[in-house]
Amino acid sequence: MAALTLRRKLAILSDAAKYDASCASSGTEKRSSAGTGGIGSTEGSGICHSYAPDGRCISLLKILLTNFCVYDCIYCVNRSSSNVTRARFSVEEVVKLTLDFYKRNYIEGLFLSSGIIQSPDYTMEELVRVARSLRLEHHFAGYIHLKVIPNASPDLLIEAGRWADRLSTNIEMPTDIGLEQLAPEKKPSEIRTAMANVRGKLDEAGPDKKARAKKPKFAPAGQSTQMIIGADAADDGVILNRAAGLYSGYKLRRVYYSAFSPIPDSSSRLPLKAPPLMREHRLYQADWLIRFYGFDVPEIIWGGEDGLLDLNIDPKLAWALKSRARFPVDVNRADREMLLRVPGLGTKSIDRILSTRRHHRLRLEDVARIAGTIDKVRPFIEAADWTPGGLTDDARLRAKLTPQPEQLSLF
Amino acid sequence: MQVIRMQSPNDFAEWRSKARQLLAAGLSPEQVEWRMMDDAASLLDSDDALDLPAATQPVGSVPRQFLDLAEQAICHTDPARFSLLYQLLWALQADSQLLADATLDANSLLTKRVSAVRRDSHKMKAFVRFKSIADDSGLERYAAWFEPEHYTLELTAPFFARRFDGMMWAIVTPYRSAYWDGESLAFGPGGSKSDVPQDDAVEDDWKTYFSSIFNPARLKVAMMKSEMPMKYWRNLPEAELIAPLIRNARQMEAEMIERTATQPPSRHLRQQAREPDLIENAAEITSLADARSAVQGCQRCPLYEHATQAVFGEGPQHADVMFVGEQPGDQEDLAGKPFIGPAGKVLDAAVEKVGIDRSRVYVTNAVKHFKFEPRGKRRIHQRPDGGEVQACKFWLNLEIGFVKPKVIVALGATAATSLLGRTATIGKLRGAPITMDDGTILFVTNHPSYLLRIPDLEGKAREQAKFEDDLILVREAIAGLCTRH
Repeated sequence: MAALTLRRKLAILSDAAKYDASCASSGTEKRSSAGTGGIGSTEGSGICHSYAPDGRCISLLKILLTNFCVYDCIYCVNRSSSNVTRARFSVEEVVKLTLDFYKRNYIEGLFLSSGIIQSPDYTMEELVRVARSLRLEHHFAGYIHLKVIPNASPDLLIEAGRWADRLSTNIEMPTDIGLEQLAPEKKPSEIRTAMANVRGKLDEAGPDKKARAKKPKFAPAGQSTQMIIGADAADDGVILNRAAGLYSGYKLRRVYYSAFSPIPDSSSRLPLKAPPLMREHRLYQADWLIRFYGFDVPEIIWGGEDGLLDLNIDPKLAWALKSRARFPVDVNRADREMLLRVPGLGTKSIDRILSTRRHHRLRLEDVARIAGTIDKVRPFIEAADWTPGGLTDDARLRAKLTPQPEQLSLF
Repeated sequence: MQVIRMQSPNDFAEWRSKARQLLAAGLSPEQVEWRMMDDAASLLDSDDALDLPAATQPVGSVPRQFLDLAEQAICHTDPARFSLLYQLLWALQADSQLLADATLDANSLLTKRVSAVRRDSHKMKAFVRFKSIADDSGLERYAAWFEPEHYTLELTAPFFARRFDGMMWAIVTPYRSAYWDGESLAFGPGGSKSDVPQDDAVEDDWKTYFSSIFNPARLKVAMMKSEMPMKYWRNLPEAELIAPLIRNARQMEAEMIERTATQPPSRHLRQQAREPDLIENAAEITSLADARSAVQGCQRCPLYEHATQAVFGEGPQHADVMFVGEQPGDQEDLAGKPFIGPAGKVLDAAVEKVGIDRSRVYVTNAVKHFKFEPRGKRRIHQRPDGGEVQACKFWLNLEIGFVKPKVIVALGATAATSLLGRTATIGKLRGAPITMDDGTILFVTNHPSYLLRIPDLEGKAREQAKFEDDLILVREAIAGLCTRH
């Protein structure tokens, strides 16, 4: 086999990495290279340095160390039974690429994953070597996200957490049965144990008022995971319940939902069709409502039909349309908790409503100005000069608020 | 009309000193017109010169928030930014709480200007593309040409200084340029695109990455354009790839869908042949170690779906006494070990206090997976139901069969129910040994977590004593059995 050029390897190993949805570079500690002679900084919010035409942010150099893999997970482009071209980077090659890209301001840092080669420990050790070299030899202070390989030794996990901002282990499927069918060699309990171990280390490194001595750092941007949507038969209720279980158990910063999309040299056992992007979008909205708006999973699912979210309208509106007895809400009196339930009002708008109403009562026009939109809000609120009357219970309200399908335009 | 001429488009200090003079002179916003130095004079201008006393000291007061917002808003290209800020400054003298009213015209305009500037500054952080400058000095030097929409270079350059401390770099914009020599930040006049190199050796790698990380099956062009507006494209090397990538996307997706899977490579077949078999059949479990490994694959009830792992018992293979609890809790579930949480500490303390030899104790649970209700970032314990207890009896029976304890202690009603096969009430069963069918002696007492839940100290002490009394019976039973042997 002829040796692959570095550029060819880059093409293969970034193509192989694109099914991991996460590209976040946010939520870590504040760090900078000022006065160090090195490069790199992280300042809380992440930066998307580019966008691909799939609408996804490109924040990190997201690559695999190798796409050789001993596992045969049917949904995965790198499964051992696939005939995709295989490649492997050396540790030094990944380090150089990361620094070259970073110095030109293309990226915030590195998201390094890998196929499993030889053993979990061997694979994890390779990932850790890249991070160690960036931090120690090159004084790189940018963002690093490392994949945790289940069953790797605790010492490697500790070292990974020392160099990395974020760690992640993908749960892959919404149900264990789904995972068994599509990834026969992966053990769900081993994946969850890996997440539990990370959580344990995060707890140890966490703020402790009693401890005087500075504790060793461990993954300041926490851990995340990903579920593939639409490759098995799991409905949205199952998916969101799984997410709620994961959030409650492992201190996850994010659960990513990745619409299953066709892959090259794909197995015939998979649904080969366009990825369910709208479903993925609705799941993210639901996830947000559960984490920041006080909704629980049954409420969200109740807004939909047969365990699936409504694809035509957002989950908060879907819930509100089925809960009209709780509306209208008086924007001049309602507490924050109830305002969070109003379709079209986000947390920032609600903050502004609360601060403004200490000055004067809000009229409908004021709410429109603050929220930036009023059509979705109007039927569900009362304001100083506005009461929706019969609009709240109007049988045609759903139809009125359902956006017309957008005509796709050629680019 | 007092005309004020600004020398710099975005120097907050300059604006502040002029605004102080105006405020000191009591000139209302309607009496003032703000212009740039090079704006044409109007015929109606009465007097361009600022014929007012200098004010170097504060002349009024404003909330800190106003200063933060004004420093950003002044970087906007809106010619009316200076007067907007003066208008707000003037109004704040009468009502210092005015910024909290989001419905006020001037406030909402200020918010818009500030967010446009912040966005532009953020996009500069994102879309500046440095090009390496070849040089004999051995130093790493980089330069970038960038066209911000607003006057945001000064606001944003410190970010690049913090980030690229170890490089020498320059960012050239049409109105100003910024330089970092490794030690300090300096600003110079604006320039043009030709001031920086046109090519860079790494750009082709970046383009390779850009087109490879793109998933043609997920085309969302509007999303891309809203986050990466086309006005920035002309200085992004990767932007030339966007049109062809979109053009070919549908075809690439269709090919992926239509192409049937190929035969697996021989490497795959060799690997498959090496896969070790796992014990999945109950009949193959011939030791405690087998059971411990097999329990991880248990799907006898649905609890495995959300628990981290099955938590099997721990202790010596031939322990004298086996404590059986209800189910693992949050900490046990995470660590994979029974009785390591708060309840485990209560049990350990009591066992030690009454003098039971901990090295002869095996601890386990009636149910091996943690049953919980997710609530935000916490998991709330839920009692396992009869079906779950029944399903898990399989594993408890294996543990009893392999360990063969002389005495079993059921901690709580769930364990007692599991071991007796009928609904058990602690109050009625505690305090006396029960001989089981196989001759094993069973004691029943509370689960230690019950002691943790008693709110009043007196009640707690009473129950603690009863719990210890029960354990003393256990200790005596073990001692009696041991002397008999």
